[in-house]
Amino acid sequence: MNESASTDPALRTEALEQLLTERGLVSPEVVDGFVAKYERDVGPMIGARVVARAWTDPAYKARLLADAVPAIQEVAWGGGANGEHIVVVENTAAEHHVVVCTLCSCYPWPVLGLPPSWYKDPAYRARVVREPRAVLREMGMELPPEVRVTVHDSSAEVRWLVLPRRPEGTADHTEEQLAALVTRDAMVGVATVTA
Amino acid sequence: MEVTIPGVSDLGGTRGHGRVPVPDPAEPPFAAWWESRAFALAAFAMGRISGRNLDAFRLTLDRLPRDRYFDDGYFGRWLHAAERMLVESAILAPGAVTARARRLAGETVVEPAAPEPAKPDYAATGPGSLRTVDTPPAFAPGGCVRPVRGLRLPGYLRGRLGVVEAVRPAHVLPDTHAVFAGEHPQHVYTVSFTSRELYGSDECFTVTAELFESYLESA
Repeated sequence: MNESASTDPALRTEALEQLLTERGLVSPEVVDGFVAKYERDVGPMIGARVVARAWTDPAYKARLLADAVPAIQEVAWGGGANGEHIVVVENTAAEHHVVVCTLCSCYPWPVLGLPPSWYKDPAYRARVVREPRAVLREMGMELPPEVRVTVHDSSAEVRWLVLPRRPEGTADHTEEQLAALVTRDAMVGVATVTA
Repeated sequence: MEVTIPGVSDLGGTRGHGRVPVPDPAEPPFAAWWESRAFALAAFAMGRISGRNLDAFRLTLDRLPRDRYFDDGYFGRWLHAAERMLVESAILAPGAVTARARRLAGETVVEPAAPEPAKPDYAATGPGSLRTVDTPPAFAPGGCVRPVRGLRLPGYLRGRLGVVEAVRPAHVLPDTHAVFAGEHPQHVYTVSFTSRELYGSDECFTVTAELFESYLESA
């Protein structure tokens, strides 16, 4: 008996795909298409465009903070699951928001794509609701002591998107230039945007 | 019926996990080819193939043994949960994936016959998880509440005093939906908790979570 063969997730995945394909329940082409969507079309570039629009258009920002999904859909939308009701929260000099899902890894797919590995890591899921400043420091973000910190645990179907602070020295940037600066990590609240 | 979440996935506030990885901004969505296939197969297995739903998938993840939950990472647990759902719906025979994996590794293995499918007798009343309910919300923003029970109640919040921040759109109730006992949509509230209330902590911060109406009592 070859124990390692039967526990190797790559082999088990191949086995599962073969079994389902033989039964006509999936086809490799359909799997390819679904994977390509999340490798290529749906990702943090969508959220970055939303953030850049909010930084340059105050009326848009007001709509985004009041009712996020229609406002996001004005710019771009990844579709699919995990984003039926999105709430946008704004990071400021006085208040910092950071997002987690302690029970699984719920994440706003239609604006950010699939979550990064650190977001799915047990250490992040366990610790950011208990010692957020220490976790952010380990991830490279030091918050001044006077900043209020709010951690959003995505425990039901509400998904959270952080509107990061616009960096200094970007007054002359176009919306497109601004979008290029915005990172996935800043839109989850574990990094700042720098110019 | 009350379903309680086992401990394996209920990580909030637990200790002993070490450092958080430093983010890599260039990280691709999938670290390995098999992860991308497992992701798609699990997404298709839930609903379309197994007849199960998103809440049933989450509950299947919650009920995985610790090694299946943790050892192969996020997409590994998706893979293991997908297999379990497919076996529970009798799309696959128990042991079918193991037998095929051994054949792929060059062993001579007799594979179990495909069983007669037995999907749950279940159909959603609409797309997604958001619904409307006719009754007014029982709690209002500013109200004090205490979460006392519920499938999707993170353990570190149980029994803690919180404040209702917002009433969200009503959702399908995972407690019944996950076990095919109906959607029973409820109002959902964003509730905030102070770090002092949760941990007696000197570090000052706030945690919010979305909690179903039946999870909460007035405080």
